[in-house]
Amino acid sequence: MSATAVHSLWTTAGEVTSAAPGDRFTAPTIEYAQLAPVLIVVGVAVLGVLVEAFVPRRHRYTTQVFLTVVALAASFAAVIGLAADGYATKSAHIAAMGAIAVDGPALFLQGTILLVSMVSVFTFAERRLDPASHGNRVDSFAAQAGSVPGSDGEKAAVKAGFTTTEVFPLVLFSVAGMLVFPAANDLLTLFVALEVFSLPLYLLCAVARRKRLMSQESAVKYFLLGSFSSAFLLFGIALLYGYAGTVSYAGIAAVVDGGVQDIDPALADTMGNDALLLIGGALVLMGLLFKVGAVPFHMWTPDVYQGAPTPVTGFMAAATKVAAFGALLRLLYVVLPGLTWDLRPVMWGVAIVTMVGGAVVAITQTDIKRLLAYSSIAHAGFILAGVIAASPEGISSVLFYLGVYSFVTVGAFAVVTLVRDAGGEATHLSKWAGLGRRSPLTAAVFAVFLLSFAGIPLTSGFSGKFAVFKAAADGGAAGLVVVGVISSAIAAFFYIRVIVLMFFSEPKADGPTVAVPSPLTMTTIAVGVAVTLVLGLAPQYFLDLASQAGVFVR
Amino acid sequence: MENLIALLVAAPLLGAAVLLCGGRRLDRSGHWIGTLLAAASFVIGAVLFTDMLGKGADDRALHQKLFSWIPVEGFQADVAFQLDQLSMTFVLLITGVGTLIHIYSIGYMEHDERRRRFFGFLNLFLAAMLLLVLADNYLLLYAGWEGVGLASYLLIGFWQHKPSAATAAKKAFLVNRVGDIGLSIAIMLMFTTFGTFAFGPVLGATGDASEGKLTAIGLMLLLAACGKSAQVPLQSWLGDAMEGPTPVSALIHAATMVTAGVYLIVRSGVIFNAAPDAQLVVAIVGAVTLLFGAIVGCAKDDIKKALAGSTMSQIGYMVLAAGLGPIGYVFAIMHLVTHGFFKAGLFLGAGSVMHGMNDEVDMRRYGGLRTYMPVTFVTFGLGYLAIIGFPGLSGFFSKDKIIEAAFAKGGTEGWILGSVALLGAAITAFYMTRVMLMTFFGQKRWQPDAEGREPHPHESPKSMTIPMIVLAFGSVFAGGFFSIGDRFLHWLEPVTGHDHGDAPISATTVTAATMVVLVIGVAVAWSVYGRKPVPAVAPRGSLLTRAARRDLLQDDFNHVVLVRGGEHLTRSLVYVDHTLVDGVVNGTAASMGGLSGRLRKLQNGYARTYAVSMFGGTAVLIAATLLMRAV
Repeated sequence: MSATAVHSLWTTAGEVTSAAPGDRFTAPTIEYAQLAPVLIVVGVAVLGVLVEAFVPRRHRYTTQVFLTVVALAASFAAVIGLAADGYATKSAHIAAMGAIAVDGPALFLQGTILLVSMVSVFTFAERRLDPASHGNRVDSFAAQAGSVPGSDGEKAAVKAGFTTTEVFPLVLFSVAGMLVFPAANDLLTLFVALEVFSLPLYLLCAVARRKRLMSQESAVKYFLLGSFSSAFLLFGIALLYGYAGTVSYAGIAAVVDGGVQDIDPALADTMGNDALLLIGGALVLMGLLFKVGAVPFHMWTPDVYQGAPTPVTGFMAAATKVAAFGALLRLLYVVLPGLTWDLRPVMWGVAIVTMVGGAVVAITQTDIKRLLAYSSIAHAGFILAGVIAASPEGISSVLFYLGVYSFVTVGAFAVVTLVRDAGGEATHLSKWAGLGRRSPLTAAVFAVFLLSFAGIPLTSGFSGKFAVFKAAADGGAAGLVVVGVISSAIAAFFYIRVIVLMFFSEPKADGPTVAVPSPLTMTTIAVGVAVTLVLGLAPQYFLDLASQAGVFVR
Repeated sequence: MENLIALLVAAPLLGAAVLLCGGRRLDRSGHWIGTLLAAASFVIGAVLFTDMLGKGADDRALHQKLFSWIPVEGFQADVAFQLDQLSMTFVLLITGVGTLIHIYSIGYMEHDERRRRFFGFLNLFLAAMLLLVLADNYLLLYAGWEGVGLASYLLIGFWQHKPSAATAAKKAFLVNRVGDIGLSIAIMLMFTTFGTFAFGPVLGATGDASEGKLTAIGLMLLLAACGKSAQVPLQSWLGDAMEGPTPVSALIHAATMVTAGVYLIVRSGVIFNAAPDAQLVVAIVGAVTLLFGAIVGCAKDDIKKALAGSTMSQIGYMVLAAGLGPIGYVFAIMHLVTHGFFKAGLFLGAGSVMHGMNDEVDMRRYGGLRTYMPVTFVTFGLGYLAIIGFPGLSGFFSKDKIIEAAFAKGGTEGWILGSVALLGAAITAFYMTRVMLMTFFGQKRWQPDAEGREPHPHESPKSMTIPMIVLAFGSVFAGGFFSIGDRFLHWLEPVTGHDHGDAPISATTVTAATMVVLVIGVAVAWSVYGRKPVPAVAPRGSLLTRAARRDLLQDDFNHVVLVRGGEHLTRSLVYVDHTLVDGVVNGTAASMGGLSGRLRKLQNGYARTYAVSMFGGTAVLIAATLLMRAV
């Protein structure tokens, strides 16, 4: 299972034949128990596809929601079980022939992804917000994704009361990819996981019930740009392979550290060539920065966040970020720690332009979803500051921040789904004027989320930001912290502007109404508020948890 | 025994709490509760005093730690009391005079519908004042210091429906803040110098600190004393404080609270002894104030303001004595006690006169009251004789000692300070004779009050006259009792220390000189106000008289220098804020908005643009990474 064994399997055929056959061609050992979180989700996703094929249409919704929730819950239970068995700490371990790490950060992030997905799925399943069409209760998704917007086919599908229940297995596939992404321990697994979670997301973005053209446009953009970045990533993987002769994280790290002396004859020209390492590293880095939405790879974010159905936006904004930062952390801490000083200036630059760019451009946004998109860009910058800290505190603070941020994000987008007028969700900010007078509770909840985004004390956003900035300052990135604090001040402006708009402006006569959701969305929002307040008031337990979980296996 | 100390403070505190929280159902009994608890405190004080007398001079001090107030690593503050001879003197004065004035107020405030609240405030004052003199550390003393300030504010403004009273209360509060800042800075300096603020460690360790630091602490303590004791330059509030009910003027603004500054200086004597410069400033402040107050007292026609000037002047004597160092500490406190008796008596007498004259305060509208108010006349007269230093009465002993001590300071300073003290004695004789003559002698110059009621002077009720009689006894006998056999000196010496100094002239000479200036002062006053009828309308007077009527232009000075200066300062700061600070802030905001708008245009919705951005970003990423390695 060692790194050399893996790469020699498929690089030097001569070696294989020269060795005893039985020694080389043993069946791969798969630790099913340790992979259970992923396997459960994938399994139920496949089951969901079968449900689409065989279960009558009117039962599909109930069946799919049930299966999805059960799958996520079971998977979460498996994560907890693994953590309880000590896989997060002392028995951290690399499973599946070196492909997947089962360690603290992986389990912490998988747990976060699963919980966030669970509350997101509740908003997917919400069917009380849109008025019933032709006597059928409908959710946020198109009646028939394949029908052309505005066509007779679409009208017929709507009339027939179809719903796109395929979104549930799609979410599960995506979640499965996200679970693997931060745990991937070689570059190929990383790439496969990336594609597995991205492809369903491209689809999900395209299936909005209302504003379908915009939704489809966003999906196409996301797909094009995502493929573009995947190509860079893949090219980077190839270069790194050329440099190290292996795609395993540990193997590359060993070569970077100069620990491997025996040059693979097939790669004699390239192995150990630092240019390959630097360029390949930068390209892989770019692929991950695209997923976290760092400037200048962020431009898809506002368009896609705005166009995608809002439940999908919430899911994507929260879960993708968790998964992508997890992978970024592992890459930087496990594969490229020897490059810390080479990559640091670049990472500084990216973090600074991300924080400042996200905060500044958000000021002039007029659409709440775009505003939250830019806010997520700024937050990506803050998290990058923690990543750059290059210390155990850096890892644990990023883990904590991701947990904090993802719940607030899902909660905030869930509130966005509630504010509606005749055309569906009323996302233009001018329509939010005076919301606090009409629906004080909804506005107050949203204000809590905004304050948490802004990092006001007593909310989780403050604890998270404090942890990240403290780690960055201790890690020698004080300058970054200064920029971060200034960006936070700029960001506070637009968050508080929304609060002012909601509470201190006169409501408009034709303003939107706040729909009363089912217990599903209420749960999502309630969980968001609870996490925001609990982690704001008493963060210590969770900080300790993150700090215990903050050691990568190598 | 030491467990009783807390009860001294607790009794009036309980009274204040009950009276202020009790509501209307206590309206009929509130004044009795207040008086009873004040008396209870006095009884406890008396018990402790008897106990103290039974012990040797050196182990009389009692200590009681109630609880840890702020127990922080490196910062210990306890609520702990220390009762030594100095505190004991104050306890008896405060509770004794306090109880008498409570009794007096029962009659004086009889017709006031907010009497219960008045007694609540009086009790609050007693509690705070006792806390001030019983604290065993400067921080707790500060709490008491602020407490008496609060009580003073509440009581000066007690008749808040009168704008003048409300303004006077605010003025007193604000001027006192300046002094309080001095005390807080002094405490901070103590903490940084000694690491503690308990009396014992601080005063025991003065040898370890540099003289510069001690001078700074001393000057800050003096600033505090100036605020609370109405010394120049923070004297301006005392005259206006007479807007409060007369018992308040007697208790707080004559007998007790205004002497807190003297207590502070004497208590911190060790610090001043080690900082001669600060000590000299104390003496100078005292000397200036004693003349200042005396001159103001000569020109005032308002009986209470004349007495207020006199108070300022007499406290000037005490501060002067305290500034003489070990030569004067004991006499400062002795004069403080005798002054407590006769000045409280004089104020109560003034209150009694006002009570009989429809609350008239202008002495030009009094005259010939001696036959109408015989008890008031006699008690006021005894107080008068005491304050001018008539041989055998209290003031004679205590003031004479201060003048002697001032000369004994030695050198040029001694001569100057002694002469000033002597001059002050002459002026005191003049203005007090003036008050006496204008009020009780000469023709009736009574006039109907604003509502047209003719005054019908009459003797005040028993509840008012009895305290006056008791205080008159003190005015007559206290000084002699203290001085004969140096009783007071032996009593207080273990705490304050004492030094005879080297007097350039003999005590007899000083006494003779004092007698001469006394006669001159009385004679001049008689020739102006006794021989001729007093005009009902004040004559224009000389420039000095007119200035003295305006409190020697203190308010004009404050207005021009502080108020106008402050206004100019704030205006210029506002200007800077509006132009510079707001300009920068608004400019930043505007430029951020502009930047945001421009950056936003980059987001044009075309996937190709986004791809270019990503491509460019990647190129920069790679280039920068390679560049870093190359560098």
